[in-house]
Amino acid sequence: MSRVTGAVTGAVTRAAAGVWWYLREVSGESAYDRYVEHCRQHDAGATVLTRREFERRRQDRREHEPQQRCC
Amino acid sequence: MVDAARPAPTPARGRPPLRTILIWTTVAVIGAVAWGVVALVRDEEISALWLLAAALGSYAIAYRFYARFIANRVLGVDDRRATPAETLRNDTDYQPTDRRILFGHHFAAIAGAGPLVGPVLAAQMGYLPGTLWIIVGVIFAGAVQDMVVLFFSMRRNGKSLGQMAREEIGVVGGVAALVGVFAIMIILLAVLAIVVVNALAESAWGTFSIAMTIPIALFMGFYLRTIRPGRVIETSLIGVTLLLLAIVGGGWVQESSWADTFTLSPEALVWALIIYGFVASVLPVWMLLAPRDYLSTFMKIGTIALLAVGLLLARPVMQNEAVTDFASTGDGPVFAGSLFPFVFITIACGALSGFHALISSGTTPKLIEKESQVRMIGYGGMLVESFVAVSAMIAASIIDPGLYYAMNAPAGFLGDSLESASQAVAGLGFTITPDQLAGAAAAVEESTLVARTGGAPTLAVGMSQIFSDAFGAGGQAFWYHFAIMFEALFILTTVDAGTRVGRFMLQDTLGNVWKPMRDVSWKPGLWLTSALVVGGWGYFLYAGVTDPLGGINQLFPLFGIANQLLAAIALTVATVILIKRGQLKWAWVTGIPLLWDATVTLTASWQKVFSDDPTLGFFAQRDRFSEALDNGEVLPPAQSLDDMEQVVTNTTVDGILAAFFALLVIIVIADAARVCVKTLRNPSAVVDSEAPFVESELVAPSGLIPTREERQLMASVAAGRGREPGGDGGPVGSDGDGAAAGPR
Repeated sequence: MSRVTGAVTGAVTRAAAGVWWYLREVSGESAYDRYVEHCRQHDAGATVLTRREFERRRQDRREHEPQQRCC
Repeated sequence: MVDAARPAPTPARGRPPLRTILIWTTVAVIGAVAWGVVALVRDEEISALWLLAAALGSYAIAYRFYARFIANRVLGVDDRRATPAETLRNDTDYQPTDRRILFGHHFAAIAGAGPLVGPVLAAQMGYLPGTLWIIVGVIFAGAVQDMVVLFFSMRRNGKSLGQMAREEIGVVGGVAALVGVFAIMIILLAVLAIVVVNALAESAWGTFSIAMTIPIALFMGFYLRTIRPGRVIETSLIGVTLLLLAIVGGGWVQESSWADTFTLSPEALVWALIIYGFVASVLPVWMLLAPRDYLSTFMKIGTIALLAVGLLLARPVMQNEAVTDFASTGDGPVFAGSLFPFVFITIACGALSGFHALISSGTTPKLIEKESQVRMIGYGGMLVESFVAVSAMIAASIIDPGLYYAMNAPAGFLGDSLESASQAVAGLGFTITPDQLAGAAAAVEESTLVARTGGAPTLAVGMSQIFSDAFGAGGQAFWYHFAIMFEALFILTTVDAGTRVGRFMLQDTLGNVWKPMRDVSWKPGLWLTSALVVGGWGYFLYAGVTDPLGGINQLFPLFGIANQLLAAIALTVATVILIKRGQLKWAWVTGIPLLWDATVTLTASWQKVFSDDPTLGFFAQRDRFSEALDNGEVLPPAQSLDDMEQVVTNTTVDGILAAFFALLVIIVIADAARVCVKTLRNPSAVVDSEAPFVESELVAPSGLIPTREERQLMASVAAGRGREPGGDGGPVGSDGDGAAAGPR
């Protein structure tokens, strides 16, 4: 592979990774990963919620925080 | 007092590098040339791209210079100071969030149907007045309001606009602001719901597609809850695919024996919306609201991006006049009144929208990482909304003006047939033949386009022309229904979310009187308050849809006035805070927009209440119809005595509301003036309402692209923690060690 195609592939991969990162962050999909990392860093022995349990609590919390949507 | 005096760490002032000077000179020249073409070329059609260039050039200059000046000199943003996201961090409400992510959330919260509908209606005055107001208004008023309110709320740990009004101005101002917010929300929801009803009435295709969004959202909700918890992107992709199928399927349904089932009268749609609104607001969020919100956000961002690309590829030419005669005569059929003040009322979202102050003092200030990011999120977010509004103005101005008036004048004015509509349009000074009207409707596979008011159908026709030109000929019917779907989808999300917010406000207020009401999970209280809120907007929706004078034509000015009055309250609060900070010399930054906004809205309210012209003043209209009613006469466009009575009732309600809104704002401004005078007489008595200074430990860039210094700083901090330095593509600012929820 020439250097040019290598550079192009690299740029495309980086852009795709950036888009994927953005989508995961903005949609809240990465919240669980961060939560797990947070648990591991702070207390290795703590019980970590399953994804199902974590997402359920997160959803139910929204019940009490109305989201304003403008015009 | 306040720490405005504390010098913010402004970068060392020196001569900017030559490259910077060259870039900004080029931007300024492009913007200036584009403005020159837009303003001076007459008697020949100009390309829509000149409008885009003028807008983008102006935004760039304003963001680079004016927003920076306000952030650094007026507000004194200080990145050494910890934001509430850092000091109060609890990983739910308060959480430092990457600026790019927060920008996405903030933008999704502020942008909706408003910047799409207002410019379409304002196109009656020609494209120039509206475009000028959208661009100048956003730079000096709208984006300033959003950024300043965001900053002040952030310095007060995320206090709401109502709380700030009460603390900075007093109880009277606070209560007036609270009542204003609630009343405005009811009118907003009603007007948006009218837009949906007008877009879907008598259209099996549109109604089927929108109806399908309910089972699609329910499916997504259950999928996310039980099958694949947390997989939002995957679920949204499935949802969007199903949505596109629903649009295609609508075309088949229209041709099939089911067509009658989905062809609903406006009244039937009103009831469907009211029932939907109630059910949606009492169902658990995860079931309907949350998945619908994902869908509408993806559709919103996707369609806006698609429209920008489509405009570049199709390079449409403006068909509308730059300035029409209606601008000066004030007797246009879409809405009554002359250019001043009504262009500035009709276009609220996109130029200056008071509603944004609620978002800027809601979730966003609790998530922001660095003070300096208020420029990118507050000012920058509003600039993007303004760009959407300019695109909508273009979409409405590239269609044939004859068709525009045939679609947007009230039904009573246009009559029942294509011939009568053609004649009525000719009476306005534009031409469109009955054949052309039939052809335009056939192109988008609708039974008729006559009197499809509300803005959404017009925008959809414009967008379908742009898309079918840009992405290959044909498919206009698909794109039309795609655009209708896109608007109706996020209007319904706003109706869901707004009803819920209204319900919370009502529960909170009633809770002061009777404790159990405050418990948001107490079912009877929940049902009662939901019913009250739905009943409130449902009343205006029903009255508007059945209004013989055309509901949107009557209610849209009221919505604009309400929205701009909320902006007046927000700008008043901001100005009072500036004066209390001892910054009288900078008070003009919010003071001038306030003065302009108050002048515009109070003039408009005055005309709506006191004008002798029955097409303009609500009470003049009421007198005309009630006198005729006493004599047993029927005045067109009313067709029966019942219609006449309805006109009398509606104009009375509308007139009282217009007067009431104006009164609220006069009270807030008068109370604020009292506070300002008191402050100036005795500056030492001012109590500082800002949260105390806490040194920040976070590092994050201020703008979208980190500067070289910011990169070095972040790299050194990351190295100090023993981690790899994060590049621009990684979650640098979000700091890696936070748990749980983003804001949605």
